[in-house]
Amino acid sequence: MTVYFLCAVLLTMGLYCLVAKKNIVKKVIGLVIMDYAVNLYLIIVGYKKGGVAPVIERGMNSSMLERFVDPLPQALVLTSIVIGLGVLALMVAMCIRIYERHGTFDMSQISKLRG
Amino acid sequence: MENIAPQLYTLLVFMVVGSIIAIETKNLLSAVISVSAVGFALSIAFLFLGAPDIAITQLVVEVLVLIILIRGTILLDNTAIEKGRDTLAMVASLIFFGMLLGFGALIFGSTGFPAFGEPLMRVSKVYVQTGLPATYAANIVASIILDFRAYDTLGEATVLFASILGALAILRRTGKAGEEVVSA
Repeated sequence: MTVYFLCAVLLTMGLYCLVAKKNIVKKVIGLVIMDYAVNLYLIIVGYKKGGVAPVIERGMNSSMLERFVDPLPQALVLTSIVIGLGVLALMVAMCIRIYERHGTFDMSQISKLRG
Repeated sequence: MENIAPQLYTLLVFMVVGSIIAIETKNLLSAVISVSAVGFALSIAFLFLGAPDIAITQLVVEVLVLIILIRGTILLDNTAIEKGRDTLAMVASLIFFGMLLGFGALIFGSTGFPAFGEPLMRVSKVYVQTGLPATYAANIVASIILDFRAYDTLGEATVLFASILGALAILRRTGKAGEEVVSA
């Protein structure tokens, strides 16, 4: 259970960084940390005690199949990681454009310039 | 590997400490490097959890994340945060998120949540048993991605394509209309 709690701590720290920080690059970093926490949580839910990777090798019998860890969360997390990269590229592109327009990363100064 | 708990706890504590440094440091470049260290630790944790495909993907993606984030920070003029912290807002949000974590632990601890090391394999049992005869793929993860749940993968590829398209549209220097005006 402590493993789940540490994952939740990581998720909450990312949420705190996303909400409380004023620098937009720090907000992006908070979202990346939340992404890591969710991916790790899904993989940990699918872990089986003494489990092996779900790859069938030559000469395996059906009792070896019982030792596999859950492959379904792994399959879903695999694409989720790559989508996280795409979303990060989108957010960093927005950060670069905001910096070029306003000359700062600070949220409060950007909203002040907007009036 | 029979008991992976010590390695997993070590990596998780390392990740938490690295995240604290990434969140609280004043220099944006140090924050980017710290969050990247967290990602590499995550890759090793996936390796211990019996997910080599995820570990390799996370490693490659982490290098790209580091490159993208450094491109976003280092080429700009100031990478340090000079303003002081808003102490009241920080304390208030820390108390709020602490309460959120506490109540979340209470709720998740009291319900019938699967314990660590005992997954619910109701759906995956079928995939593991019929993966090789049905799809001829030795890697069960690959057979799920590309055969059993291929429509999910198609949808996720669409999301990835849309986000990359959005990033390119934002980063493009001149629009189509601007080019026509220049050439005319």
